[in-house]
Amino acid sequence: MSRGNLSRLAWAVWRRNLEVFLKTWRVNLLTPAVEPVLYLLALGFGVGSYISEIDGVPYVCFIAPALVAISVMNASFFECTYGSYVRMYYQKTFDAIVATPVSIEEVIAGEILWGATRSLISASLMLPILVLFGVVALPSSLLLIPFAFAAGLLFASIGMCFTSIIPNIESINYPAFLFITPMFLFSGTFFPLELLPAPLQALALAALPLAHVVNVCRALTLMTGWGLLALGLAWIAVVTPPVFLVALRLMRRRLVV
Amino acid sequence: MEERTAICARGLTKRFGDFEAVRAIDFTVAEGEAFGFLGPNGAGKTTTMRMIQCASPRSGGDLRVFGMDPATRPREIKALLGIVPQENNLDPDLTGRENLVSYARYFGISKAGAEERVEDLLGFMQVREKADVVIESLSGGMRRRLILARALVNDPRILILDEPTTGLDPQARHQIWEKLRALQAEGRTIVLTSHYMEEAERLCDRLVIMDEGRILARGAPADLVRTRIGRHVIETEPTDAVRACLGRHGIRYEEGGGSIQIPVDDPAAVSKLLLDACGAIRLSTRPATLEDVFLSFTGRRLRE
Repeated sequence: MSRGNLSRLAWAVWRRNLEVFLKTWRVNLLTPAVEPVLYLLALGFGVGSYISEIDGVPYVCFIAPALVAISVMNASFFECTYGSYVRMYYQKTFDAIVATPVSIEEVIAGEILWGATRSLISASLMLPILVLFGVVALPSSLLLIPFAFAAGLLFASIGMCFTSIIPNIESINYPAFLFITPMFLFSGTFFPLELLPAPLQALALAALPLAHVVNVCRALTLMTGWGLLALGLAWIAVVTPPVFLVALRLMRRRLVV
Repeated sequence: MEERTAICARGLTKRFGDFEAVRAIDFTVAEGEAFGFLGPNGAGKTTTMRMIQCASPRSGGDLRVFGMDPATRPREIKALLGIVPQENNLDPDLTGRENLVSYARYFGISKAGAEERVEDLLGFMQVREKADVVIESLSGGMRRRLILARALVNDPRILILDEPTTGLDPQARHQIWEKLRALQAEGRTIVLTSHYMEEAERLCDRLVIMDEGRILARGAPADLVRTRIGRHVIETEPTDAVRACLGRHGIRYEEGGGSIQIPVDDPAAVSKLLLDACGAIRLSTRPATLEDVFLSFTGRRLRE
């Protein structure tokens, strides 16, 4: 890929997705706000009533940042798998756009930027609810919003890599169940990572992006664990650019024949 | 007026793995002309269009659009093209008007400029009253007009249309033709693919007939008809007696579609000869058409 293939035109693609999103804003804004409330009630107050504290923190406060992290992951990953696949394959939206001066790299970059924006929107909708429940610290938790965009770039890029190689839409189930679901459970989300055997802990920190995203979110909402926050930010900063570039490369290989 | 070259291909080739879809074709499209690519399915027409529009890199040969190489200057070339793809790819998440406005954004056209241009185009293509309806509820003809309007959003110098009227009813088809002629009169170059002979005959100044990746014939439609077929075609019944009689007199004929066709320049004389020599057979005379040329070059074998 030459650098000339990426320009501000990627934002025109992002803008298209934003406009479509805003057309059905009611359903789009409602669902990400409802889910965390259900989790908070069921796990935080339901299960949590049997668990007094984890590491000196009430259980509901322990899982609150993880719920944000999970929502950030789901929003961008599924936007850039199901959403992008439908636009690419069924709606031929990418074909229509690359007939203009926009390059395929810009289309994909625009899609990834949009996926990250979905993560940002999800975090922004959840935060006031978590504040209302009194389970997150302020003002540090406000940083969840810009961080959601950064984490979203990573999950969107990962999703786009899968989208570029799957033969049909059903195949999205492979990464959804073999990658996203294990990550959802084993990234220090509902129980501390330290409860896992040491090798698994190391594996989680090496290979599971969500583990780092949870660590960063938790540091921001609990105002503790700054070392893990630094590690998480560094991990995300190192991993995101190559995954992003691989997504662009794979998509060009798929679509430009 | 000096004739400028819009598109020039020399030895243009496209391979997909071992399969050669386009085999070293040469053609030149002059600026302002309407140029057609005719051929059965799988002839390589769409692949050729995709190479011109920088959507598909060529495997060999040379290609220039206004002197620029699609391999190195796709952005500049695409800014000058208006594309009407074979498959309707209007954005189903948007209305017609929104489709055009978002398309203008991909060309870097300012919001104010885009809105004015879109209004003009909706009027020109006669789709304004349905402009705010979701794409799904539009008729095929309406969608095609919207796609053409979308292709005009950047005021293109070349319009590339891949089977512009396939699947449309005659009314919708004639309307598209009328618009294309008006666009050509504005000085735009028109490149189209078709397997409708009438469409090619009406619209194209010059055309090529392609099959299996090669160009088999080229020229103005009327010239092609005259040189390949003649002025008229006599059609008669495909019976053994007729075949034997034609054979005896050394008259060249084609057979297919339930009749025998005899290309002739002087229908009266040949009709008389046939009636005198072959007995009381039924025959009818019609003007030779591009379809006769097309079938004579590409044969009657069915294509997948």
